[in-house]
Amino acid sequence: MSDFIDIGALEDIPLQGARVVRTHMGCIAVFRTAEDEVFALDDACPHKKGPLSNGIQHGRAVTCPLHNWVIDLSTGRATGADEGGVATYPVTVAEGRILLDAASLAARLAAQ
Amino acid sequence: MGKKLVVIGAGMASGRALEYLFETDPAAYDVTLFGAEPRGNYNRIMLSPVLSGEKTYEEIVTHDAAWYAARGVTTRFGEAVTGIDRARKVVLSAGGETPYDKLLIATGSNPFIIPVPGHDLPGVMAYRDLDDVERMLSAAQAGGARAVVIGGGLLGLEAAAGLKMRGMEVSVVHIMPHLMERQLDPSAAFLLQRALEARGIDVYCEANTAEIRGTGRVEGVLLKDGRVIPADIVVMAVGIRPNMALAKEAGLECNRGLLVDDAMRSSDPDILSVGECVEHDGVVYGLVAPLYDQARVAAATLLDAADAFRAVEISTKLKVTGCDLFSAGDFAEAPGREEIVFRDAMRGVYKRLVLEENRIVGAVMYGDTADGGWFLSKIKAREDISEIRDTLIFGPNFAGGAALDPMAAVAALPDDAEICGCNGVCKGQIIAAIGKGATTLDAVKAVTKASTSCGSCAGLTEKVVALTLGDDFVLPAAGGMCKCTDHSHDEVRKLIRVQGLKSIPQVQQALQWKSSGGCASCRPALNYYLLCEWPGEYTDHGKSRFINERVHANIQKDGTYSVVPRMWGGITNPAELRAIADVAEKFAIPTVKVTGGQRIDLLGVKKEDLPAVWADLNRAGMVSGHAYAKGLRTVKTCVGTEHCRFGTQDSTGLGIKLEKALWGAWSPHKFKLAVSGCPRNCAEATCKDFGVVCVSEGYQLHVGGAAGLDVRQTELLCTVRTEEEAIEYCAAFYQLYRENAQYLHRPYKWIAKVGLAWVKEQVVENEESRKALAARFFHSQTFHQKDPWAERVRGTDSHEFAPLADLTKVAAE
Repeated sequence: MSDFIDIGALEDIPLQGARVVRTHMGCIAVFRTAEDEVFALDDACPHKKGPLSNGIQHGRAVTCPLHNWVIDLSTGRATGADEGGVATYPVTVAEGRILLDAASLAARLAAQ
Repeated sequence: MGKKLVVIGAGMASGRALEYLFETDPAAYDVTLFGAEPRGNYNRIMLSPVLSGEKTYEEIVTHDAAWYAARGVTTRFGEAVTGIDRARKVVLSAGGETPYDKLLIATGSNPFIIPVPGHDLPGVMAYRDLDDVERMLSAAQAGGARAVVIGGGLLGLEAAAGLKMRGMEVSVVHIMPHLMERQLDPSAAFLLQRALEARGIDVYCEANTAEIRGTGRVEGVLLKDGRVIPADIVVMAVGIRPNMALAKEAGLECNRGLLVDDAMRSSDPDILSVGECVEHDGVVYGLVAPLYDQARVAAATLLDAADAFRAVEISTKLKVTGCDLFSAGDFAEAPGREEIVFRDAMRGVYKRLVLEENRIVGAVMYGDTADGGWFLSKIKAREDISEIRDTLIFGPNFAGGAALDPMAAVAALPDDAEICGCNGVCKGQIIAAIGKGATTLDAVKAVTKASTSCGSCAGLTEKVVALTLGDDFVLPAAGGMCKCTDHSHDEVRKLIRVQGLKSIPQVQQALQWKSSGGCASCRPALNYYLLCEWPGEYTDHGKSRFINERVHANIQKDGTYSVVPRMWGGITNPAELRAIADVAEKFAIPTVKVTGGQRIDLLGVKKEDLPAVWADLNRAGMVSGHAYAKGLRTVKTCVGTEHCRFGTQDSTGLGIKLEKALWGAWSPHKFKLAVSGCPRNCAEATCKDFGVVCVSEGYQLHVGGAAGLDVRQTELLCTVRTEEEAIEYCAAFYQLYRENAQYLHRPYKWIAKVGLAWVKEQVVENEESRKALAARFFHSQTFHQKDPWAERVRGTDSHEFAPLADLTKVAAE
């Protein structure tokens, strides 16, 4: 049994873009930065649950489309004066495939 | 009543001398100022940015009429001085005789024109004053015009770069083996030549001009080796000659220039002189820093204070955006001299230090000039560098191999490090000024004059102020677009235009963005500016757009979207209504609402359903209503003459025509229209961005209304007679707004900034301008009038709408 779930090809996400992965407990946003780093976090802004996958990405951050909170992709924390954060999920890229950590996903389901 | 001071020449040197004089003792003299140019004093060093379009003339004025008036200076601009009668102590001019107690001669220099055959043909010009710049600009306006610049020195290259940025074909003809031979060694000159050639400037070195050819007007330049370079204008920038005709005629001692002593006195003690007309200790100066020193000394002498002018080390920078070079001191090879050279060919960086007896005597840098000031301070101090020789070339940042942050580099500068080369201001002077109470950047600039001439040290000055003030430092509200840049929106747009920047990374590179990829605030603005500037050429960057304009619907608080199909002029029919009803049922759309703009809004559509919803609406003939766009929203209409007993024109018909003309364009912000059929104004046209009120004799066009955060009534732009005119004026107004307004400014905000009078001038009074604006708009529309919904139904950006993976269908482990 693998520790990772293959959720798609890296090139399925455009540079500076994001796609969602549907789970039983809501969507996970998977971001690909201009530098080709990949991050996965809950697709719900800590402020009012805005879909972060729909925001504008810049550097290692995304600006929420609803009220412009800026969330750090690597930590899931709100930056600047705002406080709060979302869960992040370990993700790796191997041979062009994006692999999501299965254990942390399972933990998320169990926590609900 | 003060003594009488007459000043001949209103240039930078005399301007600075007057500043010193008035600052020290405003009542000492009654001043009369003669100037040959019919205007006040401006910063001549900044003519190159005016030529290239990076600055305007107004931005480089240093002393305007109000400045002179406030100090009681009698100005006689445009009036030539014809003689000096030293015996009677009067100056002669067309206006009669002007008596003086003290006379300051600051007649500057004349450009040298090589007397080759054809040098007097129309089209041959110097590069010296604003008139020359205007002549060059009018030549550049004729598309495809060719310029030959004779002279590959500082001034010639700045002229060449400026003319190239104005769209001319440019060649540089230089007699020496390499460019800027007085400031650069061959290696640095090679990098510079390569950079200029990469911009499309042809460089001919070791090229001797034999003749300027043409019948009645310049047609080309013939070189001695027989080559001919075609030209519509020839700019001679081969050097200057001190202008000392008046002084000579008055019997003052002259050599290469008007001879002065250390106190800037000529051979007549009541006559002083400063500037490029002066020779001091065998040297004639042409750069501004020593001239400012002369001005300070002259002012002191006029006030009977002791001060003396001394020869100074001069450093040079080229003001061509994107070509960083620095040179200082003496860098010729000679016995007993050693050199340290650093090269990085890939990055185009070259640094060379010339050493003599363990001291730096010269420095040449290309590509990375950040450490120039540090080296110059070592040259000036004649500092023994044997201890730091191993790492010297890496500059003050070097500490164990890693570059420190830029603030640390500035902190490491000694107090005598020169910050502002033009005004000779060192770090210690800035710190002293702060100590005396100048606690803002503006105050420091005002007191020390740092960064007030060529401006290339503005960043450095700011850093010194920031370091010294620590937490008390408040960044001036410079109006930068965002934290990624100090450039304002207007500056960025201007630079995109004149530098021909065509992508977001290019803009960020050329304008030195401080963040690696911009932010959510500047990227959408840049994307719009590029889209507007280069229709058909620029590829829209969806990742720099707000989500609504990426998925062509309006995001709602729960992450669903609202969909508004276009209903031209607010007119619909049973088939369309049926299709809307069917879509609402099929996709279980929870809310169907009529908007304030007379359209139907489908609210609560799931993102993944959007393409299917659009496909159904497309099938019924409906396209995107752009209810989400910074672009044309709706055109609201009343029923007009078609049904209404008061209607004066077919307001619905005109509304449909306007909507069909304007839909699809992007603009700085949303753009709302309305057409009312009579002054009862049922379509509420007078609170729209552009409103038409029909009257029996035609159409009143109103602009700049709003009914949102701010409520504004429109102002009348003009009244036109026909529908065709109404459409043309509307397109021209929209284009003027698109080309000039700051991103996220509605028209009312923009009009408040530029003034309705200016808008009227461009759109109403100047027919040529109106027609050109409308033509540019309709050209741009050929690229933008495509239904974004249909494109997405066909598969564009499909990744936006489908999930990457659906783990709900996989059994949880």
